[in-house]
Formats: sequence, C-alpha cells, structure tokens
Amino acid sequence: MAKVVLWGSLKKAAGGKTELDLDVSDVRELLAALGERYPELGPQLDAGVSVSIDGTMVRDNLFVDIKPDSDVYVLPRMAGG
Amino acid sequence: MSLQTETDTKRIFKQVGTRPVRPDGIDKVTGRARFGADMEMPGMLHGLVLRSPHPHAKVKKIDISRAAKLAGVKAIVTRDDFKMPKDKDLVDICANIMARDRVFYDGHAVAAVAATTKAIAREALKRIKVEYEILPHVTDVDEAMKPGAPILHKGMRTGGKDTVSRKDTNVAKRYVFGHGDVEKGFKQADVVIERSFKTAATHQGYIEPHACLASIGPDGQGDLWVCTQGHYMVRNVCAGLLGLDVSQLRVTASEIGGGFGGKTTVFIEPLALALSRKANRPVKMVMSRDEVFRATGPTSSTSMDVKIGATKDGRITAAHAELRFQGGAFPGSPVSMGAMTAFACYDLKNVQSIGYDVVTNRPKQAAYRAPGAPMAAFAVESVIEELASKLGMDGLDLRILNAAGEGTKSSYGPTFGLIGLKTTLEKAKSHPHLKARLGKNQGRGVACGFWFNFAGNTCVSLNLQLDGTIALSVGTPDIGGSRASMSLMAAEELGVPYDKVRTIVADTASLGYNDVTDGSRTTFAAGLATIEAARDAIGKMCGRVAKVWGIPADAVKWENGYAKPAGPNAGDFKPMSMAEIAAIAHKTGGPIAGHYEINADGAGVSFATHIVDSEVDPETGRVTILRYTVLQDAGKAIHPDYVEGQYQGGAVQGIGWAINEEYIYGEDGRLQNAGFLDYRIPVASDLPMIDTVILEIPNPGHPYGVRGVGETSIVPPLAAIANSVSNAAGVRLTELPMSPPKVLKAIGANGRA
Repeated sequence: MAKVVLWGSLKKAAGGKTELDLDVSDVRELLAALGERYPELGPQLDAGVSVSIDGTMVRDNLFVDIKPDSDVYVLPRMAGG
Repeated sequence: MSLQTETDTKRIFKQVGTRPVRPDGIDKVTGRARFGADMEMPGMLHGLVLRSPHPHAKVKKIDISRAAKLAGVKAIVTRDDFKMPKDKDLVDICANIMARDRVFYDGHAVAAVAATTKAIAREALKRIKVEYEILPHVTDVDEAMKPGAPILHKGMRTGGKDTVSRKDTNVAKRYVFGHGDVEKGFKQADVVIERSFKTAATHQGYIEPHACLASIGPDGQGDLWVCTQGHYMVRNVCAGLLGLDVSQLRVTASEIGGGFGGKTTVFIEPLALALSRKANRPVKMVMSRDEVFRATGPTSSTSMDVKIGATKDGRITAAHAELRFQGGAFPGSPVSMGAMTAFACYDLKNVQSIGYDVVTNRPKQAAYRAPGAPMAAFAVESVIEELASKLGMDGLDLRILNAAGEGTKSSYGPTFGLIGLKTTLEKAKSHPHLKARLGKNQGRGVACGFWFNFAGNTCVSLNLQLDGTIALSVGTPDIGGSRASMSLMAAEELGVPYDKVRTIVADTASLGYNDVTDGSRTTFAAGLATIEAARDAIGKMCGRVAKVWGIPADAVKWENGYAKPAGPNAGDFKPMSMAEIAAIAHKTGGPIAGHYEINADGAGVSFATHIVDSEVDPETGRVTILRYTVLQDAGKAIHPDYVEGQYQGGAVQGIGWAINEEYIYGEDGRLQNAGFLDYRIPVASDLPMIDTVILEIPNPGHPYGVRGVGETSIVPPLAAIANSVSNAAGVRLTELPMSPPKVLKAIGANGRA
C-alpha cells in the first residue's frame, strides 16, 4: 500500500484525513481513487495537482509508477517564473 | 513510466563546462537582434488600448461610435468581441485582458483600437466614451481581508477552509502545509522569536515592454510574432480566447529582452489578434512602460507572521508561518509556493505554514522568478538571524546545525535526496568575504534559500546538415542562454566542436508542444531532450555506416565525433566523420535526424547561501551594497558564464526589491510611480561586483547532473540584505523596501540618529 499524504487544506474534503494508504500502481489510479473516495476533492483534482513520488515531482503524467512502498505527496499545481 | 537516466558523475567533459562566446551577443549589441517590436508587415495597422483610470468601477456603457467614424480607424474591440470561454483556466485571463462588467484596477483594459497610424489610434481612444460607476477600492492585503472591505467578486468564498462562510470575501484560498505538532514543539523551546513582516509589490522590470504583431487572414489562418517565454502557451490561450483552432495559429517567439516570469502569460496578444481578425490586416501592438507597470503582472505585496523556537544549543523545535499575499484582481498569488518553500532549508520535526491568497484592486499578478519564495525567505531568514543573535550563535552555524540534507523530510512533504545546502553553508563559512573588515554604519548579513525547479513537456529536433554540422531546434524561448547550453550538450554528446552546432528556437508549427520557459526548467528538460536526441541521431548514423561497411549495426560505435568499428572483429574500416556520413546520407536512405519528446520529471531542487555587506548613511537613510557573494548549487554548470550571470542577476533583482523598488498607490487607488524614474531599479553604477561560487552536487535525474539555477538565486537576497542592513543600522527592519525614508524612521525610532 503506498502512503499518500495530501496537503493540509485538503483535510476537510478528504473526510478529515490527510494521510491515506492507497493500493494504487500509478498516478492515474491514484487520482481516480482519490476522486472516487472523496468526491469533494473533485474540483481541486480537476484544477490540477502536482504529485511527488519518492521525491520526484510529477505533473500531468498519468503513467508514472507508484511502488507499494512509495511515499507520495499530493501538492498544489506549481509553476515557476 | 519515469525516465531512467544514469548520471555519470565521473565523466570528463570536453565541451560542457567551457565558456564559448555567446551566440546572440553580436546581434544584441549591434541592434540586429529582432525583438517583439522589430517586426513589420505590409499594410500593418497600429493597435492601442484604452485603460480604466479607476481602480474599481462598474462599466455601464462603452460608446465607440465617434471613434469608429474617424478616418484611418479600421477596427475597435471591446468586451463584446470576447466570448467568455468555457475553459475555467481561461475565464480570469479573458476578464483580465479586457474588462467585462467591471474594471478592477487602474489600467484595466476597456477597449482596443487599430488604425493606420499611432496618432490616429491615440485620437480614436480619446473619442471612446465610457460610462463608469465608481466603486470603493482596496489595495492593501490586510485591509482586503478585514470584514467590511470592498468586495471585488460577488460570491467568492475561501477554498481550503474547514468551514464555509456565507459571506462574500476577498480571500480566495487558504493553504496549509507541514507536519508534526508545532504547539508541542514551541513548549520544548528555550527561546522563541515571533515577528511580522511586510513586502511591497514589485515588477520583474524586464527592459523590453510587451510587443507583438498579429495577422489573421479571412481563412482563419493566423500568424503571431511575439516576445514571450512560451509561444505554445500563447497559441493555446489565444486560440481558446478567440475561438480559433490551435492548429490554425502559428506563433513565433522573437528574441526576448527579459521575462523573469512576467511573460508567461498574455496581455495584448489576444487583443492584437482580435483586431487583426476584425480589420483583416496585420496589427502591431507595443506597450509603453507606463502600461507595463499598470497593466501587466507585478508580483504580490505581502504581510507575514513568522514564529520559530529553539533550544539553547540551537536546535529548532518548532516553526510556524502565516503568509498573506495579494495577487491583484484575480485569484492566483504565489502564496502556496511561499508557504511550501518558507522552511524548506531546515530539518524540522514540527512545522506549519499557512497561506492566504487575497484579491485586491491591483493588476493581476504574474510569476516573478521563484514566485512566492523570496518574500517567505525574507521573513523566515530574518527570524533565524534574530534567533542566532539571541542564542549567541553565529548565523551560519545555526543554519548548518539545522540544515536539511539527504533524507530530511521537507517542510512541504517529500523527502530530499542528495542536496547541496550544507555545502553552500560550509563554503560560505570559509569564504574570504567573511574576513573583510566592516567599518562604522556597516553590517553583514547572510541568508539561504530554496527552489523546486521544474521539468515538463519538451520536444527537440536535431538535424544533420549536408556539410555535417548540426541544426538543433528547440521550443523553449531563450531567456538565459539556453541556446548556447543546448549547443554545448549536443556537441558534447556527439563529440564535435561547439561551433558545429547551431541552435534555434523553432515556431509552434515546426516542433511539438513545449511548456513555457519557466521554473528553471530549460537547461534541465530541453538539455535532457537534446542529449537524448543526439543519442538518437548517433544510433541512426551508426546504422548508416554499418550499411556502408556491410556489418551489423551493433558492430559500429560512436567516439569523439566518428563512427568506428566497435572492435577488431568488426573489421578494419576507416572511421567516418559526421561530414562524411552527411555526404552519403542521400545514398543510404535519406536525411538523418534525431529527435526526442517527453513530459520530463526528475528535476533537482537547488539551494543557495548569500553573504551581503552594506552601509547605511545615518543622515539620509541611503543603503549602499558594499560586497555581495552568491554560493549556489548548479548540479552541473553547462556554461559557467551563464550560470554566474543567473547568480548575479538574481542577486541584483533582490537588491532592487530589498532597498528601493515598490508599487506606490495613492488614496485614490491609482499607481503613483509607473515609470523607471520613480520606480527605482538598480543600475550598474549602484552595485559592487557580485562574486559567485558555483558548487556542483549532481542531480541524479539528469544525464549530466544539471539542476536549474535561474530562480534559486533570487530567493535569499531580500533576507540577506535585510539582515545586513539591520546590523548596519542597529535596528531590525521588517518592511521592504528598506528605502531611505523607512531606514531613517527605523533609526530614529531606535534613538540612534
């Protein structure tokens, strides 16, 4: 089960939790699982998020692998200048 | 699937790391370079924009009839010419480039005109009658958050809060990051420092105003010449706003005179295209400096509270920050990134950052070099300095003791891999700058900073030309020397001299999609793609040579620019150069090229430490920067001159931001200083030489170890300079800019004048 952490202000939409264990093998499954389990997260997921998998930041790419012991962070979509 | 790259840290580079003369230098200093305003087309018209003089008002009526009758006026556009897009991402952009039922800032566009001459266009603007109903305005971030503040957007509620209010607000969003238990952590502290800070809005200050030339024909096919950091983004956004097919619009990026994030969005481009479509003629638009200040995208002004606690031997036990950023008239200030980067330099068990994104009657903000991070670092690093002082510790030692390293759980979540922060701090400790003597009214300050660096969608095409030289096409506008760096990486991989590779920025019709040049992503992502494209081309060249020699393709190897037999068993063949392979390309199957397309990941974070000496004139409050040293991790410096240039540029923009630059609004809500005379950026004569130290802790995500450098360099200066000036003045300054009136006030209040 991958350990998934959401950033703090998503707590309410995620039923009061920010740390979840999810059985997902890539980013697509992760986003689908989050959207399914917590429909209130829908708008934020649609607006876009960045996902950090074991320290590597991924944006948009759905088919990046998530391993069973991966540390996954869901962060606001970021851009530089 | 993640890209698997192997960083060969033992590789001896032949081209990478050298300092060839920049390829764009002669054109830029002689005026041959073609920037946004340097394009003309036959029959072209001139476009100008009518802008609101009010910071907040209803637009009741726009009467263009008198203007339309003026001879020479060929098209006028208003809100009626822009249908609200269905795409949510475009809605705010649409309302920003042309006001709908309300104007939200002094300078907000209300109409645009295209005429045969600029003089006629100016006269036409005067003839447009707009009926406004003036509304109360608010420009200060804290004022905008108070109950009873004038509301900009009816129905706005704060996203990210635990409870939903029923009242309209100007607070668009709340962000929370962190881990652990800060309350418990503060109880464990022997010393706690708590301070509030403010910074003013500043502009990226690029020397080239926005400019473009748009041409849409009656068949709907369009061409746009524009100075931008992202011509593919411009194409997408303009197509979306105008209801065009993306494939019908071809956008060419001109040479660019600075962007720093301010050119990662659109302002006049959709207007020029709309006017061209209506007039059926090309339309050129060039912003004046006044317009650039009032109506492009400055960065946020901020109000921040930071609290840090530590044990008496200097171990930080808890850190907390509340950041309030105003992003102008629409949501989207970089407060989330400020909150994420605020404590990123430290290894903390208990940390929390809260960020509020607030709207005000100011122009819609745009990215400015490490958006959000410099302000947050200013607040945090100021408190760290005070903490060190209270503990009787050296500031660098306190930072080294608590520095994030490999395996640290960052304050924004992910665990760090191999990073260079401690190296920059330790090198700072032993740098000769610290030995320079300080005189009366002089002080020294240090600060460290962090930036994520990004990767993203990138395409590169590498073509072998008839004479064996390489034409390399990239899709990332060059704002910091990337063409030279791409040429170096291609030359390195191919094993040929640097001058055998010529890199250009191709237009949107010539290459697949590329994300904007931002986030310090280009040397990393386009570099990675260039290396892979070169390897692709090498594979193909070896295949051709194998055909000619009649041996299997894997019996041919590539070495130092030549195809050679892989071993003695392969046969005795004379190595073939790229020129020789190019000469037989037509006979062996056709032209030879390599290419690579990717949504890259694996960018490496980077850290910097800055050391600043300054002097305060107690009579005038003037701050003079005496000495400045930047120590920053570049991963691998492809072209060291350019890397040093980024270090120096970030420091210089930080100097301006810290001691002079600010958007000054009057009681009437209008910008008072919309020009370089009264918005004072540093010039060369204001500054000492900025010394630079390039450190290289390779990023395992890039074949050569590259980490982005352009943004990290602007994160520490605000704090380093504030710490320096506070030491020089003998009093802690907590508001930027530290302009002479503010410094005098602080010294006076301290009883030291």
